[in-house]
Amino acid sequence: MSGLEWLMGWMGYAVAIWVFAAGLYGIVTSRNWMHLAICLAVMQSSTYVLLLSIGYRTGGAAPVFADIPVGARAVDPVVQALTLTDIVVEATVLALVVVLAVQIHKHSGTLDPDKLRELEG
Amino acid sequence: MGRAVTLTHQIPPLPIAFPLLVAAFLAAGRDFWPRRLTESLALGTSILNVILTARLLELSFAQPIVYWMGGWRPRGGVALGISLTIDPVGAGAALLASLLVVAAFVFSFKYFESVGTLFHVLMLVFLAGMCGFSLSGDMFNLFVWFELMGAAAYALCGYKTEDPKPLQGALNFAVTNTVGAFLALTGVALLYGRTGALNMAQIGRAMSSAGHSPDALALTAFAFITCGFLVKAAVAPFHFWLDDAHAVAPTPVCMLFSGVMVELGLYGALRVYWTVFAGLLGSHQAPLRGILMGFALLTAIVGGVMCFAQRNLKRLLAFSTVSHVGIMMMGVALLKASALGAIAIYVLAHGAVKAALFCYSGILLHRFSAVDEMELHGHGRAMPATGALFGFSALLLASLPPFGLFTGEALLGETAKRSGYGWIALVASLAAALTGGAVLRVGARVFLGWGDKRKVEGKKIKEERETSGGQTRTPAVMSGTAAVLVFAALAIGFVPQLKVGARKAAVDMTDTAGYQSRVLDRTPLPPPAPVRTPVEAGEFARGLATVLAAVALAAAALFQRRLPRAARAASRSLSAGIEPLRKLHSGHIGDYIAWLTVGVAAMGGLLTLAFR
Repeated sequence: MSGLEWLMGWMGYAVAIWVFAAGLYGIVTSRNWMHLAICLAVMQSSTYVLLLSIGYRTGGAAPVFADIPVGARAVDPVVQALTLTDIVVEATVLALVVVLAVQIHKHSGTLDPDKLRELEG
Repeated sequence: MGRAVTLTHQIPPLPIAFPLLVAAFLAAGRDFWPRRLTESLALGTSILNVILTARLLELSFAQPIVYWMGGWRPRGGVALGISLTIDPVGAGAALLASLLVVAAFVFSFKYFESVGTLFHVLMLVFLAGMCGFSLSGDMFNLFVWFELMGAAAYALCGYKTEDPKPLQGALNFAVTNTVGAFLALTGVALLYGRTGALNMAQIGRAMSSAGHSPDALALTAFAFITCGFLVKAAVAPFHFWLDDAHAVAPTPVCMLFSGVMVELGLYGALRVYWTVFAGLLGSHQAPLRGILMGFALLTAIVGGVMCFAQRNLKRLLAFSTVSHVGIMMMGVALLKASALGAIAIYVLAHGAVKAALFCYSGILLHRFSAVDEMELHGHGRAMPATGALFGFSALLLASLPPFGLFTGEALLGETAKRSGYGWIALVASLAAALTGGAVLRVGARVFLGWGDKRKVEGKKIKEERETSGGQTRTPAVMSGTAAVLVFAALAIGFVPQLKVGARKAAVDMTDTAGYQSRVLDRTPLPPPAPVRTPVEAGEFARGLATVLAAVALAAAALFQRRLPRAARAASRSLSAGIEPLRKLHSGHIGDYIAWLTVGVAAMGGLLTLAFR
């Protein structure tokens, strides 16, 4: 097993876990809705890294069998489709979160969830 | 094949595609379609969806349906295409969603001010998302529909964009549920990495044929996917978003949130367990049952206690939903077909009662611009019919025999007894008594003017009205919708076919091997025989005791000052005792996500301990 193969074997997963944790920490400690939306996007990026790591094959080409022979070593195209769908779905949600945050700022002049304690149970 | 057969075969994608098409049409011309056209078209679409999903339900009872998009059928046990796999539970969930959307459209007909064209567009997209979620046979699509119905729901929740309050509630809702969706997606990715499959039947077969005991990857995937769906189901400690969302969402939207969306979260967890993990984890059912039951009991109690402590009617009803989800979760946790049949009936009856109660909160908001219990004190004296139905719904919520919720709860109690979990029936009764008692208390205070008239502390809580027109009377569409829903909940206990159907549906859903061979090999196995659980007289006694307890709790809360000194002291120390619990529901998103993390860690840790 070459060094690169060994590295790629676990690196992607480690990065995915790290990015997920960083996003989670950001959301839990956030004091600003806009910052929080970006943390959500960071957390989401971990799913891309995870999906692409799962589909990665060392030495694999792009899975377009136009200029490489059929049956050649290629990375998994399914995870790319999943990632793309993931991006589209979450872009919708993220846009919605940002719109709501902008509206909050427009009406109350602050983005700090602590200052918006309207919802105390 | 005749023409009729061909048409029937094309039904499965229609309940998803049709509302989306109409939504796009309405959105495209939202500046020039007259309101009447928008309303009629949206209502017509939802009624058509009821017809389509009812037909699917009927067909799936005869033989569960597998529909391959674009005709990409599986070859040699490998699913290349994307399937809709429709069994009676899935079709029933889609039908419930369609029925409640019809009810919400009728309720908001003509009078709702906040109802512009976009409201109808979002409701139709929400409907399509819920139907897609119920009918999907593909794991990744389950996630996509989960987020699509989520996105529509977040937008609907923050629909009144003038007011910062709904915005904050919608944001809490959106962020918490999106984190749940990421968890689910991570789990799906792990399963794909292990099995190379996305179709649930194929994943399930690959997972169980691996032959070894569940390892870290399988357990992580299970914990992530289950917790992801339980966020939507508002199971404690993932439930914090729910009361914020319900307190601010428009009334017709609340009907859908409580009546069907939350239950769909449980449906997702169930579907994934029975199609994907049942083979792998099936031999370790005892510890798994214990873990899931822990979450269920916590949910039922936290929801019930918080419900009783509220005075905002909408928030109170939201916590009652949390509590009832706990009861449903008990049925999920038993991991048995008969428990599943019980909660299928329970979900239907709960959906109808809860939607009716939200209708009444909408009516109160329309008449008096308030949903605060203290502020509404005695206001409803002139509405005896409304008050009577409201009180009756409260009794139904406390599972009054022999009506809808009781039928489900009694079956659940019997199944629990047979599984050695008989004592959970007491927790279910406590939860039902707390929530029923809370609603009864509100009813007595508002419609009868009973109870100590306490000064409203703090600032007056004015709610923004949702409706236009005179406040002197209740529009017929509003009171009519509520009455029909109450009647439906009442009738559910008296339809014997429903019990038979629920039994059959539950057995179909838990038939893991049958599901796999139907989807992958196209060879239906003989259906397993449904098991009948007779309900004994003890359950009737329990139901009556629950209702009496609810009445006693309501009376104690109403006439606190007339209680003996010892009881008063006890109630005071009790309310001091729940103060920390109230503080946890801080409305702060960071806390919510922290609790979500704790919940996932608890689920993962307990699973690891149990399966070591």
